[in-house]
Amino acid sequence: MTETKPLIEFKDVTFWYGSTEDQPALKNINLTIHEGDYVALLGLNGAGKTTLQLCINGVIPNSIIGEFQGEVIVDGNDTFETPVREMAKIVGMVFDNPEFQLSQMSVGEEIALGMESLGYSYPDMVKTIDEVLEIVGLTGLIDRSPFGLSGGQQQRLSIASALAMQPKILVMDEPTSNVDPIGKEEIFQVAYQLNRERNMTVIMAEHEVEVMAQYANLVVVMHEGEIVLQGTPEDVFSNVELIQNLGLRMPQVAAFGHDVEKLGLIDLGGQYPVKLDQAVETYGPLFNKKAG
Amino acid sequence: MEPIIKVENLWHIYPTGNVTAVRDVSLEINPGEIVGIIGQNGSGKTTLVKHFIGLLKPTKGVVYVNGKDTAPLKVQQVAANVGYVYQNPNHQLFARTVRDELAFGPGNLGIPEDEIEARVDQAVKFFGLEDFLELHPYRISFPLRKLVGMASVYTMRPDVFILDEPTTGQDNITTQTVYRLIKRLRDEGSTVLCVAHDMILLAEVVDRMLVMRGGDLIMDGTPREVFSNHEIMSSTHLTPPQITTLSLKIQEKYQSFNKTVLSIDEMVSEVQKSSQS
Ligand SMILES: Nc1ncnc2c1ncn2[C@@H]1O[C@H](COP(=O)(O)OP(=O)(O)OP(=O)(O)O)[C@@H](O)[C@H]1O
Ligand SMILES: Nc1ncnc2c1ncn2[C@@H]1O[C@H](COP(=O)(O)OP(=O)(O)OP(=O)(O)O)[C@@H](O)[C@H]1O
Ligand SMILES: [Mg+2]
Ligand SMILES: [Mg+2]
Repeated sequence: MTETKPLIEFKDVTFWYGSTEDQPALKNINLTIHEGDYVALLGLNGAGKTTLQLCINGVIPNSIIGEFQGEVIVDGNDTFETPVREMAKIVGMVFDNPEFQLSQMSVGEEIALGMESLGYSYPDMVKTIDEVLEIVGLTGLIDRSPFGLSGGQQQRLSIASALAMQPKILVMDEPTSNVDPIGKEEIFQVAYQLNRERNMTVIMAEHEVEVMAQYANLVVVMHEGEIVLQGTPEDVFSNVELIQNLGLRMPQVAAFGHDVEKLGLIDLGGQYPVKLDQAVETYGPLFNKKAG
Repeated sequence: MEPIIKVENLWHIYPTGNVTAVRDVSLEINPGEIVGIIGQNGSGKTTLVKHFIGLLKPTKGVVYVNGKDTAPLKVQQVAANVGYVYQNPNHQLFARTVRDELAFGPGNLGIPEDEIEARVDQAVKFFGLEDFLELHPYRISFPLRKLVGMASVYTMRPDVFILDEPTTGQDNITTQTVYRLIKRLRDEGSTVLCVAHDMILLAEVVDRMLVMRGGDLIMDGTPREVFSNHEIMSSTHLTPPQITTLSLKIQEKYQSFNKTVLSIDEMVSEVQKSSQS
């Protein structure tokens, strides 16, 4: 792969929500994300995933009170010096609790709300709304009240709202926590398509490791405010003991590989398949002894 | 055995938007069963279970809990037997501190003070809430708030325990707490209904699964039956756990293998079997 230029750089970032006497929420974060990366942020509750994401759109340090050290550069902007409203044109945010983001209007108006500052003409706005509703699978619900939608439908709506701003970077904080499996698959697919086709950079915090292993090219594991592992899914999930000691889960097919390797039934050299197709290839022969 | 929940031709139509959320559903749940309810967003899972606690009344049909028609009952009357942990804890919690939240339910049931205290202590230990007892429920994180929601139902010791998406936003450690809760409820003889998108959780803990699609109950079977039913899985777009899918794909590829596994351990013992034969 050719080397692309860094789009997001964290340089020695430390952040405290309260006093510097307490444990910081982020500790010496150094992280480089390139344009077109699909990043999975993994870690236990409280590990610092959301805090790290809030540094990308500049809400930290600009809108949240705390003690901030270091530097975050996003698309050439030092977030410390750039107004949050400028950052909002580059970074779209999707949170895990859409209810708090919803207003009193219809689905269509909800999406239009964020677009107003972008100066769309009315026909362009309508067209974009239709497009994003189709992307998230909510076509036909444009006139419904967001409050009458199911939890998962609300979550898709907030993704549609973020997409309507046509950001370069999409930050998603557990965007599928209420979504059904197909909805999840769709949302990960949507993010993947935006990533592949429009080179959108995606930074996703997510507990479901199987899907992250499927889609992300960079996995970042956080623990108590620090980055403890980063690399490709295959590399990260070869650190089985560390992952398990941190209290995290391995993708099921990788955990399975580790278990059968320990029993001496297969030799994988400590590198386990993390994606389903790889797993079928690797493990199939184990189950075909008789026929073969 | 008398079913603890009996649903006869239940319909629920929301007046707003005229949505038919549950369409002519009939089912029975026996005491002590651990049942998962799955289906896409908007398929009617939450609407269905809200009838079991009297939060919603049938548009048509009847729901019996312990043999009693729930339609004329108030939520408080049903609550002695059925506990509901909301999908969204913000709709459930209202006390000023976590401790009050846990004590509220049993207090309302007229349980003696010392017994309430014992239950609260036990729940605090089980759910790991020691550090948050004096905080307002809104001051703690969403995943913790969900645990508080579960704990405050657990202190009521209902016969039927309904969990609506208990692992949403939970990390692996708190998801394990949910597993342990369901296993403990099973050991205590409670009936558990668990609405969930988390197939790994369901595969490992439930005996029976109800599959909803567009307001219809389209299948009622064991997890193994449901996961290996191609038609049901593809028409509801549900995805089994990754390890189950692996076993299904290997079945497709090698006819000599025909086990649909539900867990990593089951898959490992399949390899052991095939290496010994
Ligand atoms: N607004 C806040 N004020 C004070 N402390 C906070 C605030 N938000 C988060 N924290 C603390 O900062 C740390 C990191 O929290 P953060 O929300 O970033 O974790 P997370 O990895 O996103 O967790 P989760 O998986 O639960 O979403 C935690 O110790 C948390 O309690
Ligand atoms: N208060 C309401 N008013 C109007 N329609 C509603 C209301 N609550 C739910 N609905 C609609 O009823 C249908 C079933 O919703 P329900 O919440 O029961 O689904 P669910 O299976 O629990 O979904 P999810 O997985 O997203 O939680 C959906 O079409 C939903 O939009
Ligand atoms: Mg978070
Ligand atoms: Mg629901």
